[in-house]
Amino acid sequence: MTTSIDAPVEEAAALPPPPGRTPRLRDRGLAVAFISPAMLLLLGMSVFPLLWALYLSFTDYSATSSGPGSFVGFENYADVLTSSEVHTRALTTALFVAGAVALQTVLGFSIAYLISRRTRGRGLLTTLFLVPMMLSPVVVGLFWRFMLDAQFGVVNSLLVSLGLEPVEWLTQQRTALFSLILVDTWQWTPFIMLIALAGLTAVPKYLYEAASIDRASEWFRFRNITLPMVWPLLLIAVMFRAIEAFRQFDLVYVLTNGGPGVSTETLSFHVYKVAFLGFRTGAASAYGILMVLVVIVLAQLYLRYLNKLKEG
Amino acid sequence: MAISVDDAVPGPVSRGSTRARRGNVGRARSAIEIALLAVLLGSSLFAVLWMLQTSVKTGQDIYAVPAKFLGFDVTLQHYKDVFVAPGGGRSDLSQSFLNSVVVAGSSTLLATLLGVPAAWAYSRFTLKAKKDQLFFILSTRFMPPVVVVIPVFLMYRELGLIDTRLGLVLIYTAFNLPFTIWMMKGFVDEVPSEYEDAAMLDGYTRLQAFRKFTLPLLVPGIAATAVFALIFSWNEFVYAIFLTSSQGVRTAPPAIAGLIGGTTVNWGLVAASAVVFALPVLVFAYLVRKHLVAGVTLGAVRR
Repeated sequence: MTTSIDAPVEEAAALPPPPGRTPRLRDRGLAVAFISPAMLLLLGMSVFPLLWALYLSFTDYSATSSGPGSFVGFENYADVLTSSEVHTRALTTALFVAGAVALQTVLGFSIAYLISRRTRGRGLLTTLFLVPMMLSPVVVGLFWRFMLDAQFGVVNSLLVSLGLEPVEWLTQQRTALFSLILVDTWQWTPFIMLIALAGLTAVPKYLYEAASIDRASEWFRFRNITLPMVWPLLLIAVMFRAIEAFRQFDLVYVLTNGGPGVSTETLSFHVYKVAFLGFRTGAASAYGILMVLVVIVLAQLYLRYLNKLKEG
Repeated sequence: MAISVDDAVPGPVSRGSTRARRGNVGRARSAIEIALLAVLLGSSLFAVLWMLQTSVKTGQDIYAVPAKFLGFDVTLQHYKDVFVAPGGGRSDLSQSFLNSVVVAGSSTLLATLLGVPAAWAYSRFTLKAKKDQLFFILSTRFMPPVVVVIPVFLMYRELGLIDTRLGLVLIYTAFNLPFTIWMMKGFVDEVPSEYEDAAMLDGYTRLQAFRKFTLPLLVPGIAATAVFALIFSWNEFVYAIFLTSSQGVRTAPPAIAGLIGGTTVNWGLVAASAVVFALPVLVFAYLVRKHLVAGVTLGAVRR
């Protein structure tokens, strides 16, 4: 450490920085040199493909045919927006997103609250609760498929031993979507818990002390100190999860493959079917662009809010 | 109100009894809370324990009805099957694990090489529309992968990158880059820029100041960021399944998902490969547990 500090002093004495060059300008060059490789990769791998999809969305191009496809204007968009098939998937997606995120929020916050009230073993508890979140959705999906199997699944086995009726978790229209929500909740409740816990532990202790001097009731403390302090961070987590749930594909693909029938086909899954099983690339592109618009709106809301929080 | 009156009046008997009552209520409440936590933790970890159990059970015990929780024969056959092919030699799964290591490793390295300098530049310099640029970068990460993969598939077909490791590495680098930049910018912000200013007064150029003074301080942050990038690419499934197909290229997630394609599913093998697949992630996640909040929110939330 001493040598590294000594050296520049000697060097500086022998070689003063050449005068006349403005460091501002060199900084600018350095910034461009450091940022542009990353930007170029993002433009090439994220923006360019989306622009290509935008172009394809106005054609009837199919990935299996050799021709470039002909221009069809807004026909693909009109088809997607008026298709009753898409409407069904939109409803399924909305149910999935709302159900999963609501369950995760309630459960995740409750667990975080319970953990934050412990004085010992917080670290260990948090670590253990976080395990599901770190697993790949593929692993989670496969495993729950095994556990929820109607014949030999362990969940039904437990239900029967408790004297309850076995449930056709993944093979019945109504329960399949519920199972999907359940498994997503199992995996992502820790996410909300983690963020809520960060918020809860950041609440200054003196607020609670002041409240207890005033003999404020438990509920009053929760309602007027805990919740307002944690709420901004919790909202970030909820919005983040909502975007992720909207994009969710892996779990649907592995757990139910969209079935039975089309009862668990979300928009993400449907667009895959149109693109890779129906080979209607043009239509799928229009479908995809519309989904991207939804994500952009959600992401903008999220980022605006995040920005406000950081400045406030 | 009543309690405050009680406390205001000095009287050892009444005070003692209130405290005892409050202590009892507190203890009962504490017990209920612990019980609740135990139930929640149990239901959360049950699936993981069941996966571990299934991976060491024999064929009949796996399908036993009612399910066997205890008293089953322990076998390590499934773990052997993950790595060793039935006829001897390397199994297909072990090849895909190797591919996963190569793809996740190189994409993480690339994302770090590109992302760290960019994060430093974003942290240190005043740039035009910096905030917009940063938000643009993060929003590319929010794109639905199923949608992005459609044009990427066509693009790769033109470029001959379909079913190549290079193709996967490139797309994984692109999706890890926004995360790396956001996460690293937070770490760079924590290093005072005065260090660099001081070094520059001593005659170093800005670049040298970054390399000799800031970069060494960033090493722990870079390590944490790289570990998250590694986890994200390791777990990635959508791009892998659509952009690769051959055995020599396919990564572990699609390979494991492929195990349930046939008419009969060897759930013991699925469980064993899932355990082998998940273990490194859990170890790595444990190593970066201090940075988990920032990591899982893509560097957006820092505490």
